[in-house]
Amino acid sequence: MASPFRRPSATTGGDLRLPPGQYDTGASFPVLTAEVSPRLDLTTWTLRVDGLVDDAQEWTWDQVRRLPTSSFEGDIHCVTTWSKLGTAFAGVSVDTLLAGAGPQSAATHVVAWSHSGYTTNLPLADVTGGKAWVVWEHEGAPLPPEHGGPARLLVPHLYFWKSVKWVGGLRLLDHDEPGFWETRGYHDRGDPWLEQRYAGD
Amino acid sequence: MTATIAAVHDETTRMRVYRLRLPETMAFVPGQHVTIRLTAPDGYTATRSYSIASAPTQDGLELELLIEHLGEGEVSGYLHDQLTVGDRLEVRGPFGGWFVWNGRSPALLVGGGSGMAPLMSMLRHQRAAAPAVPMHLVVSLRSPAELPFAAELTTQTTVAFTRRTPDGAPRPAGRLTAADLQPVLVPGATAYVCGSSGFAEHASQLLVDVGVPTGSIRVERYGSTA
Repeated sequence: MASPFRRPSATTGGDLRLPPGQYDTGASFPVLTAEVSPRLDLTTWTLRVDGLVDDAQEWTWDQVRRLPTSSFEGDIHCVTTWSKLGTAFAGVSVDTLLAGAGPQSAATHVVAWSHSGYTTNLPLADVTGGKAWVVWEHEGAPLPPEHGGPARLLVPHLYFWKSVKWVGGLRLLDHDEPGFWETRGYHDRGDPWLEQRYAGD
Repeated sequence: MTATIAAVHDETTRMRVYRLRLPETMAFVPGQHVTIRLTAPDGYTATRSYSIASAPTQDGLELELLIEHLGEGEVSGYLHDQLTVGDRLEVRGPFGGWFVWNGRSPALLVGGGSGMAPLMSMLRHQRAAAPAVPMHLVVSLRSPAELPFAAELTTQTTVAFTRRTPDGAPRPAGRLTAADLQPVLVPGATAYVCGSSGFAEHASQLLVDVGVPTGSIRVERYGSTA
């Protein structure tokens, strides 16, 4: 006869920072990627903001590094059920990137794409108002390639598959365009506090 | 749905095979995974994903999972220590629409450790349903004692042991190399790489080095970097 499954006795089991069904991965930072990590050359790397904007923008590595920096310290949540609590990233706010391009009033959604070909979709409101960044530092060190370096999107209030690794740009649209995982059974928005893991959740 | 454990056995010292009987059909494609959710009496839940290691069956009422017993694994530890034949498990799925084999295209499978699970589903399905489709499996494990499903790996398979080899083995112990992959490349194949994060990164970069197009490589990885 099996004894019942129990909540772990460690304090982490009751941490209010953990959304439902998540566990604290502690000091580790798991890597989950569906593709080969691309070998990106900083001399040719670019970041674009285009689509429904007044003035499409493209920054080189040197140019993006000269934008006003912004940092995030808090928690990130992967749909595979690990959360990493109290972790720090630095880069530039997506608000700063969008301000340079001038979103048009018709824009409602964003497709974020990576240099490797990965895409994900987000409502524009989920990447504006201080909720999203393009980051190139983690815990004070350059973001490693397996975690999306040289730069990745960071949208910490949604499951981490929305935080595109090796980000190449944001395209503003007047409609929702489901991305790589969203067309393969995962939830369209991915709010960890609502456990929006799979389509239909 | 609530599955019943129909059979369980130790496949290696660290890996156990669970055969689950399902109350209704679950039609899955080789490479897909299910989630197992454990619920405590106070409502606390823990959910983990496990790749299906068996080939699809006619009635879709059974599947097999290869689960590595991780020392501190909250779910794998409970399964290992508490559950046996006849016990019930909450299973959901199948999930995953990328790391899947359609049963028609040539495939090169590269797995490390328990990352072999979804690749075994592909190999078993190929043998049962599509033997004319070219497929080769490359696996990397620490030692012969840690090789699961050894009896099924006599053909179409390259085994690379990293720490200890069987007596008289021509290949010395060591990490997977380009020389292991070069002779077994399947023209026009999709490559499926599954294993720990470190293994998947290493193996996928090796595939790029030996000329496999990046766009033909699909990766599924698990585990942590420090």
